Amino acid sequence: MSEGMGSTKMSCYQCPDCGYTYDEAKGDAHEGYPPGIKFVDLPDDFVCPDCAVRYKEDFVNLVGA
Amino acid sequence: MKVYTFESPEKGQITYSDGKRRLWLASMVYPLVALSGIGLYMATGSEWSFLAPLVFIYGVSTLFDALFGLDTSNPPEEVVPQLEEERYYRWLTYLTIPIHYVVLFTLAIFVGTQSVSLLSVLALAITGGIYSGLGLVTAHELGHKKSRLERNLAKIVQAVPAYGHFCLEHNRGHHRDVATPEDPATSRMGESIYQFVRREIPGAFKRAWKIEQDRLERNGKNVWSMENEILQSYAITAVVQLALIASFGWVMVLFLAVHNFWAWWQLTSANYIEHYGLLRKKEASGRYERCQPYHSWNANHVFSNILLFHLERHSDHHAHPVRRYQCLRDFPDLPSLPTGYFGMFVAAYIPPLWYRIMDKRLMALPHVAGDLDNVNVQPGQLDKLLARYPRPAQPVEAPVQPPEAVAA
Repeated sequence: MSEGMGSTKMSCYQCPDCGYTYDEAKGDAHEGYPPGIKFVDLPDDFVCPDCAVRYKEDFVNLVGA
Repeated sequence: MKVYTFESPEKGQITYSDGKRRLWLASMVYPLVALSGIGLYMATGSEWSFLAPLVFIYGVSTLFDALFGLDTSNPPEEVVPQLEEERYYRWLTYLTIPIHYVVLFTLAIFVGTQSVSLLSVLALAITGGIYSGLGLVTAHELGHKKSRLERNLAKIVQAVPAYGHFCLEHNRGHHRDVATPEDPATSRMGESIYQFVRREIPGAFKRAWKIEQDRLERNGKNVWSMENEILQSYAITAVVQLALIASFGWVMVLFLAVHNFWAWWQLTSANYIEHYGLLRKKEASGRYERCQPYHSWNANHVFSNILLFHLERHSDHHAHPVRRYQCLRDFPDLPSLPTGYFGMFVAAYIPPLWYRIMDKRLMALPHVAGDLDNVNVQPGQLDKLLARYPRPAQPVEAPVQPPEAVAA
């Protein structure tokens, strides 16, 4: 079980190349991630849905609400 | 001419005007060259006229690349946000879409209604395929963007060459895996284009289908639904092409089969030359290193670039895929092709000529440093290539180019 599952804080994570932002509160409906899915719980092979040239570990945590 | 300005605290006022602003109209009207053969035929009555668009794309554009040379201009980074927002540039890509349809319909109606030889039908179908292949250049520019409008327009234009999986495969598959042995759209050293195409076409389709299937499954949808973005584009193709067959009969089956294959072959040709032999190294984490500008072959020839929405500035494109065409930059010391894409396509179609031109260039790249361990080699070809390019006596560590050293 990942640490994200137990936490209720919602954050945003941004692709450092193209600016795509994954907002945990909103998820990403097109990609099939419903609201509330933590970034840490996205698949390990997640890449930026917009540019595909940044891996999950490259994303920058924008907000620690 | 529009002037962009930026007040920089360090550099003072920066001004920039795009010397190619009006030249980009050429990318929009270029597909119409496909119809020049019909125009000449109407004027002369000679079926040799149908070769005119082929002579232009391979001969004239390559000659003009040599005559007009390289493009030394780059937009300053400070004005790039303004340039990105300039709507003129994106309107050119929107307006190119109906032109691709006009070209396909005009050629099809001509073939379907005029009495010309079988060889002329084939020449017109090949011409249509080559110029509809340019529809993938338009789809490429649109499909990389974030707006829903542009992504939907990409689906409409990639339906012309009947390649409905292009944007999904290219954006989410090729860009992720480029310059690795896993990428079916990256050619390997010692791999001819005729070997490559048998790996590329099926491999790209399977990868796109898997990416879309995974996305739909996460959404609780079946892959065989109209939410499948690949099927959406192919549905447009089906409507268009079945209507042409219903209108003009069996000659359309032949025309469209050759047209479609040749359009795909255009993409194969571009994929073949864009990353030949280039290799991203695996890091200790098991991930491949980040894609850098030196993981793509660049062609900075002004003439063919203005016909192709800057596609040939491919190094910057792969380093920053969502950057709009008018903002793409050239950098010093990139892997560079000796001429534009169309001339390089001809070289690729003659494998001994291709290897003669490209293998030395590849081995001489700074990050390859003459060491085949730094090259993406075709399985089974390593021993043969080692005989020609032995490993350096002292293993040469490829010079470390810090991330974004040339792409920042």
